[in-house]
Amino acid sequence: MTPILLIIPLAFAILTLLLPRNWARATIIPGLVLQVGAAVLLCIQIYHDGPQDYALGDWQAPLGISLIADGFSVTLLALTSLVAALCAVYAQYFLTRYPREQRYFWPLFWFLLAALNGIWLAGDLFNLYVGLELLGLSAVGMVALTAEKTTLKAALDYLYAALFGSLAYLAGVALLYGAYGTLSIVQLSEMAAANPTTQVALGLMTVGLLLKTAIFPLHYWLPPAHGGALAPVSALLSALVVKASFYILALLWLDVGALAVTVNAAQAMGFLGAGAIFWGSWQAFQTRQIKMLVAYSTVAQLGYLMLLFPLAIGVSEAAAHLAWQGTVLHLLAHAFAKAAMFLAVGTLVLALGHGRINDFGGVSQRNPVALFAFGLSAVSLMGLPPSGGFNAKWLLLQSAIASGQWHWFVVMVIGGLLTAAYVFRVFRVSFVQTAKHDIQETHPALQFSALALALMAIGLGFASEIPMSFMNLTDFTPSPGGSP
Amino acid sequence: MTTLLPVFVLATSLITAVLIFVLPERHIRLRIGLNLTAALLKIVLVAVMVAGIANQVDYEFRYELLPGIDLILRADALSMLFAGLSSVLWLFTTVYAIGYLEGAPNRSRFFGFFSLCVASTMGIALAGNLFTFLIFFELLTLSTYPLVVHRGTEESLKAGRTYLQYTLGGGAVLLVGVALMYGLVDQTGSMTEFAETGTLAAIPSEQHFTLAVIFFVLIAGLGVKAALVPLHGWLPIAMVAPAPVSALLHAVAVVKAGAFGIVRVIYNIYGVEFAWQLGVLLPLAILASITIIWGSLRALQQVEVKKRLAYSTVSQVSYIALGACLFGPVGTIGGIVHLLHQGIMKVTLFFCAGNYAETLGIHKIKDLDGAGARMPLTSIAFTLGAFGMIGVPPLAGFISKWYLGIGALDAGMSWVIGVLILSSMLNAGYFLPIVYRLWFKSRREPWPDEHIPRGRFETHGLLLWPTVATAVFSLAAGLFAAHAWSPLSWSSLIAFREYLP
Repeated sequence: MTPILLIIPLAFAILTLLLPRNWARATIIPGLVLQVGAAVLLCIQIYHDGPQDYALGDWQAPLGISLIADGFSVTLLALTSLVAALCAVYAQYFLTRYPREQRYFWPLFWFLLAALNGIWLAGDLFNLYVGLELLGLSAVGMVALTAEKTTLKAALDYLYAALFGSLAYLAGVALLYGAYGTLSIVQLSEMAAANPTTQVALGLMTVGLLLKTAIFPLHYWLPPAHGGALAPVSALLSALVVKASFYILALLWLDVGALAVTVNAAQAMGFLGAGAIFWGSWQAFQTRQIKMLVAYSTVAQLGYLMLLFPLAIGVSEAAAHLAWQGTVLHLLAHAFAKAAMFLAVGTLVLALGHGRINDFGGVSQRNPVALFAFGLSAVSLMGLPPSGGFNAKWLLLQSAIASGQWHWFVVMVIGGLLTAAYVFRVFRVSFVQTAKHDIQETHPALQFSALALALMAIGLGFASEIPMSFMNLTDFTPSPGGSP
Repeated sequence: MTTLLPVFVLATSLITAVLIFVLPERHIRLRIGLNLTAALLKIVLVAVMVAGIANQVDYEFRYELLPGIDLILRADALSMLFAGLSSVLWLFTTVYAIGYLEGAPNRSRFFGFFSLCVASTMGIALAGNLFTFLIFFELLTLSTYPLVVHRGTEESLKAGRTYLQYTLGGGAVLLVGVALMYGLVDQTGSMTEFAETGTLAAIPSEQHFTLAVIFFVLIAGLGVKAALVPLHGWLPIAMVAPAPVSALLHAVAVVKAGAFGIVRVIYNIYGVEFAWQLGVLLPLAILASITIIWGSLRALQQVEVKKRLAYSTVSQVSYIALGACLFGPVGTIGGIVHLLHQGIMKVTLFFCAGNYAETLGIHKIKDLDGAGARMPLTSIAFTLGAFGMIGVPPLAGFISKWYLGIGALDAGMSWVIGVLILSSMLNAGYFLPIVYRLWFKSRREPWPDEHIPRGRFETHGLLLWPTVATAVFSLAAGLFAAHAWSPLSWSSLIAFREYLP
């Protein structure tokens, strides 16, 4: 069952590449149905039978390629196929205006999915590297689709960041392999000790992954790339792609290198996160372009994910557990909300013909559904109830209380207010009645796919039980270890 | 049925909100029908629950949102007081808003958020624990913002920004308080559930300082919406909203949510006796008294009708907080009954202000000269509301002040009598000149801007009848205070259950 989630996207990537345009279009819906169906089936299977290991071609570790499907990875698989499916529905209608881009969008889309699924399922560090490379290249390709001068420059910056990030990661992998002779995550987590080699290796990999995740102050490439890409591309990148490198980072710190990381280093990661929250929010508050606002919001929201490290390392088991649950929930809620927001904003920009926030007057009459989707996703991003974002924030706050780390508590409360400050800039102008120029109607499918994602972000507030029960089906829970 | 009834009450306005959002702007009749059906249905459902509560039936709905944390909708005597007030005033305000907004743009959006706002208020009334309360408290902020900025003018957008700064800030403080309560005190999830006589009395004394700190964090968060000085700055500014919105904000929704929250925290979390022992009630009583006097002083200085009413709200809502701080059943009754009395009196006054503005274009107090002859029913309603606020017997406001006064003596806080007397004098000082202008000054120049000519009635029927109805209520609440189903009797029931050993 497990490898089929890699086979489906790869097969469709090749199909869409080879088939003539009209035929390629016809494969999209069946492909999406297969992908979502396979993810759901795997979820059910894992729920009944517990975590599963799968050795590709029956080659066992340390030689073979092993895939691990546990509660965490199937949660992410399900998230990926859901978000990707709605983005794909959106893209079908959105790309009718971009015939040339459409030709290359679909193969890249499927490669991106294959890379993501590969990362969620990977059982060893080298597989993760392969996934990261494929992910980076297809993501850069998607950004470059528009072929506008500024976006091409952004894509190039993104490419350099992605390549450098992978190289740093690969160097760390090589060091670990030299020291321990295995790259299996399960084996390494038992072997990796707190020695200089492990720490240098982790340090290198961490820098590479921070760059790929666009964590402040290494976020420079993200806003132009996410803000300049086509709307469905931005949605995929912000919702899913940056999460993949964060996932690996979490795996390294809390599982593989749990014995080697120090509390001080974890606190330092938290400070990067706080910097991201403040800097990203401030930039989002300043910018004039709506897509840049949403992109900077991603920079800020990624900061919350970084709080996992100080909240889960060197604290009591209960506090670490809360931090872990909160972070996963935040990851999910942000994925839904940010995808919804980029899609909604893409629709609004399409209707208005520009993205200047201050000239958004009158948009509420012609595109109410898109605006509503923006509003709902903003509720989750602000961490206001009822939403997945609120539940995530609540758990993280409880974790900070449980471990007595009041500085992170304050950062999160202020972060929520800062988010409100920038999203309400958009609401504010949307209440202005008079439009400065013509506003077009947009296709309902564009508006409603954004709304569906936004409703999922809200609905997660009522269905947090589902991902949490899956989270209990995993070996990988943060160990409260960490030497001081 | 007893588990689902609270959900149905919430759903009547939630589903209405969704339907209205979906309904295209032009379906005016269908929207009106929906609104009124939902409002009436809600009153029926609430009435059923009120009858049930009197007979000790439990209505409770639980849903686990997070491990160990439930969303609880539960009806108890106090929640029914607030739910009853909201559902009745929603009906009248809806009727009024239909008349007020006739022909105006964006009515679909307006009524959608209006329903959402009432749904949040209902959620606040029925919330069975602090967590649920917080959810609906924040939802209320979100659903009222679009109403405040509804007109989309520069002025209203600016007011909206101020409104958000205050309410979102207050919401964040409340979140801190609630999170601290769950994280530091309540490990089991049961101590943050609202219960008659409170839940915290058994906490060991080492934690008492923490509890006192959390108390004031919670009050600071709630105090923004309850407009406690110095957190009241948003309220007069939010007056740019359309009149029905102001009425709703001042009488049931926002300020009441804050005051209701304070009552909940004192009675159903800390328990009034324990809070008294903790020594946190006296500082709050002093703050409430300062607010009462300060609001009245500021009201005296206002020249616009709505602004004067807004500062009067600042002052009047703090009677509720003051009553909650008086240890003893009589004081409790006074505070709780004022929650309802202030609502019906204030909604009347705001309806009247809206009628003067819509009919004759009057916004300033000096233009009210002789309006009594032109609009007699509206002016009678205004006079009743104003006398009620001053506390003239036998109107509703008198009952509140009487019980507050006796309650203060019972609690050994006789200085509160001084506050009540001073405040009543100030109330008279800013309301009587208006009443004088209405009835005893004659009109020389034409009305500032007469929109609605004198027809069969003095103004549009949909504006007039809700006003008259709520005025009658505020008279009846005082006249028939001893009746078994009066607000006073219901408040006595709540106080009785609270002080039960």
